Amino acid sequence: MKIAYYPGCTLKTDAKNFENATINLFKKLGVELIELKKWYCCGTVYSLTKDNLMYRLAAIRNLIKAKEEGYDKITTLCSICYNTLKQANEMARNDREAMDKINSFMEEEIDYDGSVEIIHPLEILKNMEDKIRENVKKPLNKKYASYYGCLLLRPKNIAIDEFENPSIMERMLEACGGKLINFPLKNECCGSYTVVEDKNAVVERCYRIISNAKINGADAIITSCPLCHFNLSEIQEEIKKCYTTFTGLPVLYFTEVMLEALEG
Amino acid sequence: MLAEKVEELSGENLYACYQCGKCSAGCPMAEMMDFLPNQVILLILRGDEGVIDSKTPWICAQCYQCGTRCPKNVDITKIMEALRAIKLRKNIDHLKINKLKKLPQIAVVSATRKYTG
Repeated sequence: MKIAYYPGCTLKTDAKNFENATINLFKKLGVELIELKKWYCCGTVYSLTKDNLMYRLAAIRNLIKAKEEGYDKITTLCSICYNTLKQANEMARNDREAMDKINSFMEEEIDYDGSVEIIHPLEILKNMEDKIRENVKKPLNKKYASYYGCLLLRPKNIAIDEFENPSIMERMLEACGGKLINFPLKNECCGSYTVVEDKNAVVERCYRIISNAKINGADAIITSCPLCHFNLSEIQEEIKKCYTTFTGLPVLYFTEVMLEALEG
Repeated sequence: MLAEKVEELSGENLYACYQCGKCSAGCPMAEMMDFLPNQVILLILRGDEGVIDSKTPWICAQCYQCGTRCPKNVDITKIMEALRAIKLRKNIDHLKINKLKKLPQIAVVSATRKYTG
């Protein structure tokens, strides 16, 4: 099976390990991820003002590229890319007035109508649970806290799973032999891009999230978002300065851990 | 009128809010805010222009928790964006560029999208 793949900026730099692990994991399961020949930054966070469509162009342009290359389905790893592309696509499907404006503005591109489907890797893996089980060489032997953050689950219309109590990531890690702990803060935001402006806000958020995972017995936190990964791992040194008794937890991408189990 | 402007930019109906406080109860950033999300709506409805200078819209990390839980389907995330836009469109940026160090692209691009006009 082959599926088109949109990487986004961070997957090619800070989160290169996430991209490599995912491509290799999918290869092991018989799925080839084919990167779009041409793609642009999606603009990261989806813009919410009603009157300014300029901010939606980057996302729509990527979907046009996917369509031009003949795909009706693409997958993307980064939670922010997933959220932005999916919300832009929902707009393309439901807001004809906005799309007429965008299509006439981008007159050199083909018109876009929302026909490309955006699917998250976890949604692809969900249908391969048996295959994952069969391919496990070295079952995972740690206790994990799977952390979803915000953008895979909200707003409701683009959620990859139940938005208040998701379990899709847990199921994948369980299929690889991992033990999953109950983790009530799994869908609470880590502070996201506010780290640029106000590091303290992210220190407080991540302290809460990591401590909660720890109290519940986790050996590691598993995430799927490069920004959650950055915040949860890089900020641990700052947390230690504020909370002297704090000891951290390793933060890993779900595909890194799954690949480890499958490679043995 | 402030309320009209916010409704125009956000596309949300501010008058649907009945101040139950569920948005603020779920907001992960609430403790860093000077006004809670439900208070922000109340201030806009009262025409209190001071709310534009509040810390709250800039602390909002656009995680959509508030709007997802709102029993009246008011998407407060969009209201925060509208308040930011009012300032950014007056060419008042919120970001000091020299603070950007050792951050991944994803954070830098997001912040420039949210904190600059």
